[in-house]
Amino acid sequence: MSPELVIALLAAAVQAGTPILFATLGEIISEKAGVLNLGVEGVMALSAFAAFITCHLTGSAWLGLLAGGMAGTLLCGLHSLVCQVFLGNQVVSGLALTLFGVGLATFLGTPYVGQSTEGFAKIALPLLSDLPVLGPIFFRHDVLVYLCYASPVAVWFLLNRTSLGLGLRAAGEMPAAAAAAGLKPQRLRAFGVMAGGFLCGLGGAYLSLAHTHLWTTGLSGGRGWVAVALVIFAFWRPGRAVIGAFLFGSVMAFQLRLQATGTNVPSSLLLMLPYALTVIVLVFSAARARRSGAPAALGVNIEPED
Amino acid sequence: MKHWLRAAGVLVFILALALAGCEKAPDKAAAPAAAGPKTGELKVGFVYTSPVGDAGYSWAHDQGRKAVEKMDGVKTSYVEAVKDGADAERVIENMARGGFDLVFATNFGFMDPTMKVAKDYPNVKFMHCSGFKSSENVSNYFGRIYQARYLTGITAGHMTKSNTIGYVAAFPIPEVIRGINAFTLGVRSVNPKAQVRVVWTKTWFDPALEKDAAVSLLDVGCDIIAQHQNSPGPQEAAQERGKYSIGYNSDMSSFAPKAHLTAAVWNWAPLYEATVKEVREGTWKGNRAIWWGMDKGAVDIAPFGPMVPKDVQDKVLAQKALLMKGEDKIFVGPIKDQGGQVKIAAGVKAEDKELLGMTWFVEGVVGSVQ
Repeated sequence: MSPELVIALLAAAVQAGTPILFATLGEIISEKAGVLNLGVEGVMALSAFAAFITCHLTGSAWLGLLAGGMAGTLLCGLHSLVCQVFLGNQVVSGLALTLFGVGLATFLGTPYVGQSTEGFAKIALPLLSDLPVLGPIFFRHDVLVYLCYASPVAVWFLLNRTSLGLGLRAAGEMPAAAAAAGLKPQRLRAFGVMAGGFLCGLGGAYLSLAHTHLWTTGLSGGRGWVAVALVIFAFWRPGRAVIGAFLFGSVMAFQLRLQATGTNVPSSLLLMLPYALTVIVLVFSAARARRSGAPAALGVNIEPED
Repeated sequence: MKHWLRAAGVLVFILALALAGCEKAPDKAAAPAAAGPKTGELKVGFVYTSPVGDAGYSWAHDQGRKAVEKMDGVKTSYVEAVKDGADAERVIENMARGGFDLVFATNFGFMDPTMKVAKDYPNVKFMHCSGFKSSENVSNYFGRIYQARYLTGITAGHMTKSNTIGYVAAFPIPEVIRGINAFTLGVRSVNPKAQVRVVWTKTWFDPALEKDAAVSLLDVGCDIIAQHQNSPGPQEAAQERGKYSIGYNSDMSSFAPKAHLTAAVWNWAPLYEATVKEVREGTWKGNRAIWWGMDKGAVDIAPFGPMVPKDVQDKVLAQKALLMKGEDKIFVGPIKDQGGQVKIAAGVKAEDKELLGMTWFVEGVVGSVQ
């Protein structure tokens, strides 16, 4: 492979990794607060539609982005309601959320299939985009990719350097102790789930506003599930999530370019690569880590005192 | 609180059971109604794999349906976004049971469901698109879209500067492989140095992935992107890079006006009108494989974009005129495969059976056939 091709590959990897990173970070916040959300795929699907339809009707990509985030927040609010108020099983509720989100996006979105929006255009950042190698890889994308660069730092700061983050982690590790310390773990959990939903929603919005400018059903294409898996790979740390998301993106971009350069490897194997890699990495990281960083009360609902 | 919740849960469960029961009940009651002979209005049903709004494969079929709808004494209806397998069987059976006289099942994956339903409803006539099974009341049909692809290939062969053309392809099945081969033969009939690079996506409609696949082809030096998919994603990629593209299914120029050279397009109206006429006159027969070409108007190419020079247009149209007369010499040997081995001997024209089962790439295609 020539250097130009490698640069193009890495640039494509950044783009493919962006929606996954948004969703992974969202899921990290939710799980840190103790709520497992397997509905990411559904959240991404529905928020992709919300973002598309808002941008399509108003002509504003930023409003579309906001709508995507809000759709994620609302849908995860439903998850929070089911798990925290009605004490539903988090796994079951999450799976139902996936079916609900994907189904609703298909139902509402079918009449609009094939229509396009303006969305976000690519903006080469001045000065930075002229850097050799790094410029074309990192700084010739759309504004959501730049937003995505900032988000791991923001999530890390929120979780580790603010009292709100401390509260969130307490609600995820030992809600009873948090309550004894005068915090309100129920509210903290609800906040964590919905804030995470907002980030997952941005990931969905990225798909319909920036990655492609065309609407179709099934846009999420399994990316939500990859995000759920990457949380474990990342040991619930935002920094490692970056590595996971862009590793997945690179392998996806790599297999397409391998096909394009002409290879006799069957395409079924190549298309499987990114997913197979996710599974392998998951198995290894789960086996190697004694203390993986999973919140102690993850998936355990807080029983109200009668 | 808890008791109330439990009661509500039980109630929902009972309701769900009751609903499930309701859905089952009319099956037996409605079945005999369809058996009687039909007089008067002809009811024609269409089953589509994707939503009709996609300006793609199902949209093209729906244009054909609209032409049929305009015929006197014909009523049509359609079901869109139907999944292969059990879902398709349910939809097709509903149509058969609902008194439809003729059902067009327009996707390859509807083949077995169609055969199964057709067995139970011998009075209903079925037309299955792009498959190979038939019976007393099932015929299959398709169009020689490869002829249109050959013409778009000639266009691409003239327009490429890098002599490298990209082809974003769906699934490695004979239909797609045949299209890639005809396209490549078209390219190399005017530009023997050119090669066609193939990337498989294993999707029919995933704009994001198909766009990424097109970008990967542009990255390795392709300057024209052709496609066998139903989304305009690859067109978008070509336009963004200032390169050219070739569409499929319908005129995709609205998605990429600066890139779109032409497209291989479907025109189902003549075939659908003829079939409905046959059914009405009682001349329709099962057990047929109907494969119409450009001479019967089933396939065509879209109008050329303004960037295609007049002399290129004339050369393509000259070849089109031959195909319109029924002179299809696209798969006439000598044709070699990727390894340089002669697959179709000099002067021999490949039979339809061979084309329908094609699993090898012609010389000039770069990529794996799997």
